[in-house]
Amino acid sequence: MRPGGSILSHVLRHLVLIAGLVIMLAPFVWMVSTSLKPPNEIFSTKLSLLPTNWAAVENYTKAFTKVPLLRYLLNGVIVTGGIFLLQLMVSLPAAYALAKLRFKGRDILFTMVLIGLMIPAQAPAIPRYVMLYEVGLLDTYAALILPFVFSAFGIFLMRQFFKTVPDDLMHAARIDGLGEFEILWRIMLPLAMPAMLAFGVISIVSHWNDFFWPLIVIQTGDLATPPLGTLFFRNEEAGSDFGPLMAGTVVITAPLVLLFLAAQRRFIEGVTLTGMKG
Amino acid sequence: MTTPAAHDATPAERRAAQALVSPAWLMFVVLLAGPTLAVFVLSLTDWQLGAPTLNFIGLGNYEQLFADRVFWKSFGNTAVYCLVVVPGSVFLGLGLALLIEGATFGRAFYRAAYFLPVTSTLIAMAVVWEFLLHPSVGLINVMLEQVGIHGGDWLKNPSRALFTLAGIGIWQSAGLNMVLFMAGLKSIPADLYEAVEIDGAASAWERFRCVTWPMLGPATLFVTVVSGIRSFQVFDTVEVLTKGGPNKSTEVLLYTMYTEAFNFFRTGFGAAITVVFLLVVLALTLLQVKAGEKRTHYG
Repeated sequence: MRPGGSILSHVLRHLVLIAGLVIMLAPFVWMVSTSLKPPNEIFSTKLSLLPTNWAAVENYTKAFTKVPLLRYLLNGVIVTGGIFLLQLMVSLPAAYALAKLRFKGRDILFTMVLIGLMIPAQAPAIPRYVMLYEVGLLDTYAALILPFVFSAFGIFLMRQFFKTVPDDLMHAARIDGLGEFEILWRIMLPLAMPAMLAFGVISIVSHWNDFFWPLIVIQTGDLATPPLGTLFFRNEEAGSDFGPLMAGTVVITAPLVLLFLAAQRRFIEGVTLTGMKG
Repeated sequence: MTTPAAHDATPAERRAAQALVSPAWLMFVVLLAGPTLAVFVLSLTDWQLGAPTLNFIGLGNYEQLFADRVFWKSFGNTAVYCLVVVPGSVFLGLGLALLIEGATFGRAFYRAAYFLPVTSTLIAMAVVWEFLLHPSVGLINVMLEQVGIHGGDWLKNPSRALFTLAGIGIWQSAGLNMVLFMAGLKSIPADLYEAVEIDGAASAWERFRCVTWPMLGPATLFVTVVSGIRSFQVFDTVEVLTKGGPNKSTEVLLYTMYTEAFNFFRTGFGAAITVVFLLVVLALTLLQVKAGEKRTHYG
């Protein structure tokens, strides 16, 4: 594509884009706006973005005291961090071996990874639940983390990356007497940082936002991830006290939105790479 | 597949390789392959979670499923949802990509802003949508009221609820399709545009018709299928906003699976629904692989 056309078409283009933007961003704007307003202004049919009487402090205080919002966020960090760390521990060695070493069963394993990429996360849900039930791990952090330790996407992405590293680097290291584990740890890992970041973005976004699995395995409020916590909050409020409820959703959405704004390019690249897959 | 390394593998290297891949093999079998195969086996039994015994009943669950009106309703609703969300979000994504890539300034800003709904936590935004759609105090009806339209109830009206959810689905996924199309647009060589211009295709529409659209063909197929797979998995907004109602009008496949398997603990029956769900997603994925073969080569 190349830019071109008359001034009129430029103006028209931006008018359409801005009009679309207003609609796309309206939910975010209205969420923040409502979180600042007292009830009488929320229930008024007069529309205004900013409140006449500010109720931000009341709404946010109520949001933080009615439900353990910070706890939900902390749970989100523990769960997504735990999943990503374990995924790396399993994926990196396998990806390195698949890309750079010759061994029996390599092609079978890679085929399994490609098949794994096709299976939606909800498909193995019932047996995973049964397994956790049998070993008594339902309603724990382990139930939220363990099922996702194997990431076909992580292995695939890291393998594609390791393939681009020149073999000479490994030969030199082998001549220096390094074993395969040391080559992976000392030479490959530092090189792989950008690919690991891309994988991290996808893994963290998809598991932070995941709702299906936490809904199934978690009953205790204190173990809720941010999406599940949002639901608990909504149900608690019975959908009427909108000020604090919107304050709560602001707090829940803020971490990912801020992370996205801080690292847009990497986010969009990572997501384009996969069509959004965990 | 090509040989990964130019040297011959030593026994030590082979042993190291086996050690490196063994955690992945173990996790693959225990966490993915095992459970996925177990779904097929469970779907042939009458097992209920916690029950001491289990009987193989052949295709009994499937017979029951295919005779069940709720299942067909659910399957149909999922299809309707996809048939609204896929074209909606694909065309919107394409339009946005064309408009933004053709702009002389503000491209990064627009791209980020339109992408925002994709990364934001859908459950939290669903709660926000519930408020926006509130029949009396919601922003949407209040604005409609000002131009003299009575909006009515968006989520409790059986003929409307599914389309309301589809609207939220389009809002959420248009930005993803937009960036996928942008990647496709970038791969179109600029000299093609110059060539058609020399041939007399002067207007923007002719350039689009002669170059952009045919060159975007494979990308469009890819985006459409990815979009189809995503919308077939609709669950979050249903659970938060409608619980499948009113009158089963928003009952979708994953929601039916969830209620059968995890609310009623009819494990075998829920497994049968999962198998149907998985087969549809796999069929769509194979289409995606076919579409993707034109774009990438694993090597």
